[in-house]
Amino acid sequence: MVQTIVKDETKMEPWKGFAGGTWQKEINVRDFILKNFTQYNGNDEFLAEATPATNELWKQVMELTKKERDNGGVYDMDTEIVSTITSHGPGYLDQNKETIVGVQTDEPFKRSMQPFGGIRMAKAALESYGYELNKEVEKIFTDFRKTHNQGVFDAYTKEMLLARKAGIITGLPDAYGRGRIIGDYRRVALYGVDFLMAEKKKAHESTSKIMTEDTIRLREEISEQYRALNELKQLAESYGFDISKPASNAKEAFQWVYFAYLAAIKEQNGAAMSLGRVSTFLDIYVERDIASGTLTEQEAQELVDHFVMKLRLVKFARTPDYNELFSGDPTWVTESIGGMALDGRALVTKNSFRFLHTLDNLGPAPEPNLTVLWSTQLPEGFKKYCAKMSIKTSSIQYENDDIMRPEYGDDYGIACCVSAMEIGKQMQFFGARANLAKALLYAINGGVDEKLKIQVGPKFQPITSDVLDYNEVMESFDNMMEWLAGLYINTLNIIHFMHDKYSYERIEMALHDTEILRTMATGIAGLSVVADSLSAIKHAKVKVIRDENGLAVDFETEGDFPKYGNNDDRVDSIAVELVQNFMKKLKKHPTYRGSMHTMSILTITSNVVYGKKTGNTPDGRRAGEPFAPGANPMHGRDTKGTLASLSSVAKLPYEYALDGISNTFSIVPKALGKEEDAQIKNLVAILDGYAAKTGHHLNVNVFNRETLLDAMEHPEEYPQLTIRVSGYAVNFIKLTREQQLDVINRTFHETM
Amino acid sequence: MIGNIHSIETLGTVDGPGIRYIVFTQGCLLRCQFCHNADTWEIGTGKQMSVSEIIDDLKTYLPFIEASGGGITVSGGEPLLQIPFLIELFKECKKLGIHTTIDSSGGCYSTNDHFQQQLEELLKYTDLILLDLKHIDREKHKKLTGLTNEHILTFARHLSDKRVPVWIRHVLVPGTTDATEDLEKLGKFIGTLKNVKKIEILPYHKLGVYKWEALGLEYPLQDVEPPSEESVERAYQLLTAEVQFI
Repeated sequence: MVQTIVKDETKMEPWKGFAGGTWQKEINVRDFILKNFTQYNGNDEFLAEATPATNELWKQVMELTKKERDNGGVYDMDTEIVSTITSHGPGYLDQNKETIVGVQTDEPFKRSMQPFGGIRMAKAALESYGYELNKEVEKIFTDFRKTHNQGVFDAYTKEMLLARKAGIITGLPDAYGRGRIIGDYRRVALYGVDFLMAEKKKAHESTSKIMTEDTIRLREEISEQYRALNELKQLAESYGFDISKPASNAKEAFQWVYFAYLAAIKEQNGAAMSLGRVSTFLDIYVERDIASGTLTEQEAQELVDHFVMKLRLVKFARTPDYNELFSGDPTWVTESIGGMALDGRALVTKNSFRFLHTLDNLGPAPEPNLTVLWSTQLPEGFKKYCAKMSIKTSSIQYENDDIMRPEYGDDYGIACCVSAMEIGKQMQFFGARANLAKALLYAINGGVDEKLKIQVGPKFQPITSDVLDYNEVMESFDNMMEWLAGLYINTLNIIHFMHDKYSYERIEMALHDTEILRTMATGIAGLSVVADSLSAIKHAKVKVIRDENGLAVDFETEGDFPKYGNNDDRVDSIAVELVQNFMKKLKKHPTYRGSMHTMSILTITSNVVYGKKTGNTPDGRRAGEPFAPGANPMHGRDTKGTLASLSSVAKLPYEYALDGISNTFSIVPKALGKEEDAQIKNLVAILDGYAAKTGHHLNVNVFNRETLLDAMEHPEEYPQLTIRVSGYAVNFIKLTREQQLDVINRTFHETM
Repeated sequence: MIGNIHSIETLGTVDGPGIRYIVFTQGCLLRCQFCHNADTWEIGTGKQMSVSEIIDDLKTYLPFIEASGGGITVSGGEPLLQIPFLIELFKECKKLGIHTTIDSSGGCYSTNDHFQQQLEELLKYTDLILLDLKHIDREKHKKLTGLTNEHILTFARHLSDKRVPVWIRHVLVPGTTDATEDLEKLGKFIGTLKNVKKIEILPYHKLGVYKWEALGLEYPLQDVEPPSEESVERAYQLLTAEVQFI
């Protein structure tokens, strides 16, 4: 029989020295943090260098990375064993040196096989690297065990299939794991698994007794969660740890948190498998151990370094197509650092510094996706350290805590790139994005796709005039967006119904409350293309060039027009209205499980692929040319400098795009100032100013164009060159040549 | 009040303290061989912008400017060709508490009463002047810029007498402005000034060459390469030899 912690004297020991509170009686990690964390207002002088063990382990990782690259992108793949929480025995880099243990399969860099999202994707991923899927596994998941992918396609309508093919809705998680769910991995360290299982048992006993579909599904899900927690214990046991009880020191806390996360990535190949907000939580354990003399600063840094090293080893089996869409090999192990508490204290601890310091001790890397929750009220020492590390490594992204805190409180984390969610209390149904630039062309062409030359959208009256009239285009565009919003939400409803049914995130949801908030996280691509196109139609004269069938295939613009990215309200207001308008249309359509409608302006790097699938647009963009990433202005069109560009993006209303507004900003070091001190100070000011202007997200890249050009020619010399793209970081040399050129050509601010 | 403006740069980080909103004015009397803004030479052209237009735009950047301890810098071109406009602009800036800076070569400085009256009024609203001293030698100055330098040195002394804070700037062009003898003389001159906050060596660069080509002009420093870090450091030592920073 499981007892609650407070009644069991033997379980009190792990909490010795912690300030008590409601967190002792119920699952409430936030309360634990607020009662126990130690704000740090100093600078980076206390930080310790990498230990010899860290250096040796990292050398081993770099060697494996090289072998992986030489081997065409993967080191090894599992073709036999279906990955589950308990599927693989223990694996190590070097058991004698690792302070944090655990890998996804039985050895590092070997990618696991995860067929629940779709057997075809799993098979294609193997085959594209020359591996063959075990025949029996294939048969099981084809003949006996249906996958998410098959479920979705059983329910899709013809219209959905066509919209997907044309690329007006793309990137949909209908053949792979949806991801963007953050388990509260901290709970395992704070409470131990037994307590969490007992709580789930209670939840199971207290559901409604009226067996509607909702109740039945909930009861089944809680049972699965309970079972997954038990498997989590077994996973830890295979490494020789008993995690049924709370962690009793810092090393255990890091290890318990990592086991919980490891269980999640063994069970799900989600697009983004984000970590949450663990650094300040873990700092509480570090502080306690340092105070009691059982841990030194160097040992604390080693724990962080080894923990982060494990996060850098997260790998999934994915197809080259998928990697082309998302660039490189991203896993979005996003860790949210800093931010303010609602009571006015900064949630900045020494661990906030230690996590960023891994960029020095291990060198720059795309993962974990280090995300600073920026507030103008953060301590100066931390602000400067962030800016310093950004200038040095280009590996950090910033999100505005001052606008997220009122929406999500002070214990939220970022999933993937820009999606905020309250940890353990909220999840999202990831919805990829709709291509608004294409929708505009559909509005002009009466629903006929400009590339496929077939009817995809509804057969509205096409625009037949020689010169485009703003009001006429807007009316038609409005109708087309109305259609798109409905189709889009309904498509997502199918996808998430099936994902819950066939590829349910058991362990991640076990680390959530039983009653949670779900969001339906839609997204849009092509914002700047549409804003500039509409501005051209409104402020200049746009003539239509039609082919022999009367299809508008090109545009000729006479006269100049205001362009998004110059802080010019005449066009920025068009972008703002577009965001509001599409969001309002989405809201009209009911969502699966009553989820709350949200929207992001984020393209990841799929702006390149979306561009390929979209014809000439009235803004002068040629067919096939990439869109700007996320909410960025089109490159080369922002002529008034960085701050004008940032100010345009900052106008986009976060309350209409609560799933995030991504902006990528690249600058040469000299444009930030002459000396390092000035560069740091000015970057801090840019981040403060952007936050004050209610901008949401900023990727910061600081490097010279020449460095990137050289890395294209000599990739072997830049194994760790990291750059920020839309909402995450990538290893530059893993990008396709096309993407590398896109990165170099856009968003560079070089004014001197 | 209307000004002839070449362009606006919203993130200036090298022309004054902090982040600067930079207004490049149109029109200049000098024809410096190394000029990287040759497209700002012609007088009377450019975009007509009113003070209120600029102030409205500038206001939207205050969060960045304030966070950095920055302000506005009027550069060019030669800003002092449009003093009445500058007076109105800076008056408005001061109402908003914005730090004001002029980036000038003093090329149009004059001792006549009209100019002096206007300048005196402008200096009331000016926090800092970035003063370009291109060359200490009269003849070499003429060769380099098209004009001799007496009035520019007089301007420097005038600002010193008035105790208007300045950053002295010197563009280091190998073979033209880097002779030891000239740098020593310039250092001596700077040593006589009582208003110097900072001295900056601006290494010559070629980023503005394309503008000469676009204007159909022949670029006179075709074969000159940017100076080495060592020679920049050496020039700094020579120019600061006698200075007393305020």
